[in-house]
Amino acid sequence: MIEFRSVSKSYEEGALAVAEVNLTIAPRAVTVLVGPSGCGKTTLLRMINRMVDPTSGQVLIDDVDVATRNPVQLRRSIGYVMQNSGLMPHRTVLDNVTTVPILQGVSRTQAQTRGRELLATVGLEASLAKRYPGQLSGGQQQRVGVARGLAADPNILLMDEPFGAVDPIVRRELQTELARIQSELAKTIVFVTHDIDEAFLLGDQVVILREGGHVAQRGTPTELLANPVDDFVADFIGRGDESKHLRITERNGTRLVVDKRGRVAGVLAAPEQAAESHRGKPEDGAWTG
Amino acid sequence: MDWLAKNWELVISLSWVHIGLSILPVVVGLAVALPLGWVAFRYKRVGRFLVPASGLLYTIPSLPLFVALPVVLGTSILDPANLVVGLTIYAVALLVRQIVDALASVSQDVRQASVAMGYSSWQRFWRVDLPLASPVLLSGLRVVAVSTVSLVSIGSVIGVTSLGYLFLNGFKRGIPAEVFTGVVATVIIAFLFDGALVLIGRFAMPWKRKVTS
Repeated sequence: MIEFRSVSKSYEEGALAVAEVNLTIAPRAVTVLVGPSGCGKTTLLRMINRMVDPTSGQVLIDDVDVATRNPVQLRRSIGYVMQNSGLMPHRTVLDNVTTVPILQGVSRTQAQTRGRELLATVGLEASLAKRYPGQLSGGQQQRVGVARGLAADPNILLMDEPFGAVDPIVRRELQTELARIQSELAKTIVFVTHDIDEAFLLGDQVVILREGGHVAQRGTPTELLANPVDDFVADFIGRGDESKHLRITERNGTRLVVDKRGRVAGVLAAPEQAAESHRGKPEDGAWTG
Repeated sequence: MDWLAKNWELVISLSWVHIGLSILPVVVGLAVALPLGWVAFRYKRVGRFLVPASGLLYTIPSLPLFVALPVVLGTSILDPANLVVGLTIYAVALLVRQIVDALASVSQDVRQASVAMGYSSWQRFWRVDLPLASPVLLSGLRVVAVSTVSLVSIGSVIGVTSLGYLFLNGFKRGIPAEVFTGVVATVIIAFLFDGALVLIGRFAMPWKRKVTS
């Protein structure tokens, strides 16, 4: 469990990046920090592995204040996946994946065996192991990034807009893949994004932040959609967005889901199919798009 | 060509001396400039002073420097150490700025990622910053190597024998072939140094080759 206790961060210029945040992040679930740029979500994320130290307040992992831990050791115990993959361009794919275990003193052969398994886990062919990151597509690089984040088998995985720089189709693919991996590994994932659809798709728990580093609201996607606390949240989650107001209509014997303006958003699936779709996220509702 | 046929042994031995005198300043210069460049890069305030200051060293004229060094170092006036130290100073002058630029060329994303993964700062320098800075660093090193090879010739004026001896002697005795041989041999050595650095670069930076091809 990760806990933020009245955490603030201000910079020398006096700007407040994070203001008095109190937050508990549940273990073995995906918590998404979402908000517009400048809301402090990346700053919060980086406080967990001490890439940023709070100006006041505490961040605790399993009741231990991270400030008491050696930053280098702490970071090695926590996976990190970032935008643009952040892969080492001068190391091969396999060397990138095995970096942290080797830093921790695991033998090379052992790390490589595990590394190859992980490449398979994230859906990459073994033949890519000897390539350099520059020889891979953006989507493949992100997969390597995820494999690298998981390499030391951390309990916690921090993901900072990991799919922000890839095209929408690949992003969809990577999101689905992450949901699958998470259903197998059940890590404590803290995920930062500015994309509310991504937040609702992946988050068991979603924390909406507003500018100046305030928590606007937190809850499951269902709770947030059903009861936004204020206009900011309602606006941010797209309650005013016409494409999100869906209703069912029947045309030529098929039941369709249409938005406010009558544009088709999808087909209403049979109830059995609906039950199979994963974990009752609001968007999966009962339609396939 | 007659002159060369009669004196090729001298040319070869002078070439070896020349190579030896050239390698040392480049290697020592790099070893000295590396920590200075790192400090200048890491601590911007120090850098604002250190980079221009090291650049100024290059404006010291070479002959007065070689003459002054024995006094400063307490060496004999004919000691090759004077030349080596002088050329090392020039190498440092050129390399400090180059190392700062090279470190600045490393992608911020990659640097952040290396922090996030748990490299210590020592490991980060040797395993991430330095290898990724090496393409820019290498291009600076090539300039330094070639300029050092040509500056070594000047050592002959202060009595440190090298291929420069052939110019001096050739001029004095009016043997154009000797002067010409000295020039050509110096150019060949400069090319050899440059080629060696390019080869080292290829070998040490396989990712550059594969990604661009």
